[in-house]
Amino acid sequence: MNHIALKMLMGDTGKYIGIVMGLTFASLIMTQQPAIFLGIMSRTYSFITDVGLPDIWVIDPKVQFVDDIKPMQDTELYRVRGISGVEWAMPMYKGLLKARLLDGTFQTCNVVGLDDATLIGGPPVMLEGKIDDLRRSDSVIVDIDGASEKLGKPSLIPGGKPIPLKIGDNLELNDRRAIVVGIAKVTRTFQSQPVIYTTYSRAKSYAPKERKLLSFVLVKAKKGQDLVELTRRIRESTGLAAYTQADFKTLTYEYFMHNTGIPINFGTSVLLGFIVGAAIAGQTFYNFTLGNIMQFGVLKAMGTSNWILLRMILLQAVLVGSIGYGLGVGLTALFGFAMRHTILAFKFPWQLLLFSGAGISLICAFAAIISILKVIRLEPAIVFKG
Amino acid sequence: MNLAVRCQNLVKVYDTGGQKVTALNGINLDIIAGQLMMLVGPSGCGKTTLISVIAGILDQDEGLCELFGENLLAMRSKDKLNFRAKNIGFVFQAFNLLPSLNAAENVSIPLIINGMKRAEAERKAITLLEQVGLGARWKSLPSQLSGGQQQRVAIARALVHNPRLIVCDEPTSALDHETGRNVMKLLKDVALHKDRTLVIVTHDARIFDFADRIAEMDDGHIVEVQDKREQG
Repeated sequence: MNHIALKMLMGDTGKYIGIVMGLTFASLIMTQQPAIFLGIMSRTYSFITDVGLPDIWVIDPKVQFVDDIKPMQDTELYRVRGISGVEWAMPMYKGLLKARLLDGTFQTCNVVGLDDATLIGGPPVMLEGKIDDLRRSDSVIVDIDGASEKLGKPSLIPGGKPIPLKIGDNLELNDRRAIVVGIAKVTRTFQSQPVIYTTYSRAKSYAPKERKLLSFVLVKAKKGQDLVELTRRIRESTGLAAYTQADFKTLTYEYFMHNTGIPINFGTSVLLGFIVGAAIAGQTFYNFTLGNIMQFGVLKAMGTSNWILLRMILLQAVLVGSIGYGLGVGLTALFGFAMRHTILAFKFPWQLLLFSGAGISLICAFAAIISILKVIRLEPAIVFKG
Repeated sequence: MNLAVRCQNLVKVYDTGGQKVTALNGINLDIIAGQLMMLVGPSGCGKTTLISVIAGILDQDEGLCELFGENLLAMRSKDKLNFRAKNIGFVFQAFNLLPSLNAAENVSIPLIINGMKRAEAERKAITLLEQVGLGARWKSLPSQLSGGQQQRVAIARALVHNPRLIVCDEPTSALDHETGRNVMKLLKDVALHKDRTLVIVTHDARIFDFADRIAEMDDGHIVEVQDKREQG
């Protein structure tokens, strides 16, 4: 009876397309919106991901997330270095500084100061120049997005795109000269500000004078060292906070989850997509069943059991669900591909496929159940009612 | 004389929003195997309810209805479905063909319900469509056929699994006079034989002459049963 079920479904092209479109829309909303949400959330800790090398981040105990800088004294670095199990510990400066552009305007930038000797914590990918060039005087490395957009030189055509910074160009950071010696690729940050890398000592000279300027102590554990145990020792010895890389990401992620409206905004979109999708698909599928109720009645009168009718409706629901899900997920993937070079945040892990798959399955189950109930309760004697 | 159907004191009451309507009020009727029985009477007299009970798609409230000696009311639901699938064919006033299936697929449905493979069922369906004069149109969708042709497809569908009883509800009322008579002729020639019984509900007096017996109903009762063959 499967072929009869499929022909019944596809025979009414308008309704068939209507059901599939409803499910496609629901699937699209349930994957695209969470993908943007995950993209944005992953940007909140993208700096931690990009730094990569250290096992442990040591910070002020009051820090709530990676951009919530509460500087420490430089002496903390030496205290950390003295703890057993620490292979190395390096300083890092991170702060928001204003860069003066060629046209006289200012742009807030994320300035990252790396340990002068080792340059640990540098950009993950160098597009132009070498990270070692930071050893030259007044040198900085700028991220490609910042160099092309916000830090770019004014266009020669009024209203035109800025001219990207290139190696050899100058910037002014806090009235001090900075020469671009490299262009790097970094993951966009949550605030999408340009990222400028320099050495720790030079970053301190760019920064306004303060007693404390050490943002992070980056720690590498000795081989075989239990990271949880080492973080506990660092906390106890220094009174500072110490997190493994994963825990620091979680701290940052949870701060944004609990203290911003982002999850509610996206959650509402996803919920609306689910409800609208369920309403459209459920209603259209139910109408389709109602429209075919006489046909189901005829099959029932001829001796088709409720179990077979149930299987027929389930098959119809599974088919439209699969097609709608596939189209929705495909459109989301296309969207992500089309937006890959834009400022839009987009992350599409495989778990999202499961999430939207479960959502579409729920919608289809709902649509199928209300239809199945109608057909099971159907009196076959309906066939004689003209 | 074999009985195909035996109804004794059949009562069926519908509850329509708190109001009780007695559709069958003590029906006693025997239908002889191999004959064409017509149930006639005014609208609302209970004809459709009676064939629904006879065909086993509606349960009576009281009384006994035996089909080929079997009491359908006493059967388990699954057995009743199987019995209906094997022994009963249906022809409806509005044809009730599945619009997205072609003629052969429509005709093959009872065979598929009875467990036959699809390809074999469609082969047999085409053979039967040839018998009703539609061999060349087996690929046509119902929407591509005239009313008379659709009713012939419906007749082929009612016959294809070789049932012992065919129930027809107003089979000619949607057709013009000429086409209606052709359909009745087809039913009588192809469908009726000594092992198969036809029960036709109709109020179309133009086809009464095809009946072997006519049971006239009114207000939930059988008023009169005429034996047309004795009269003839």
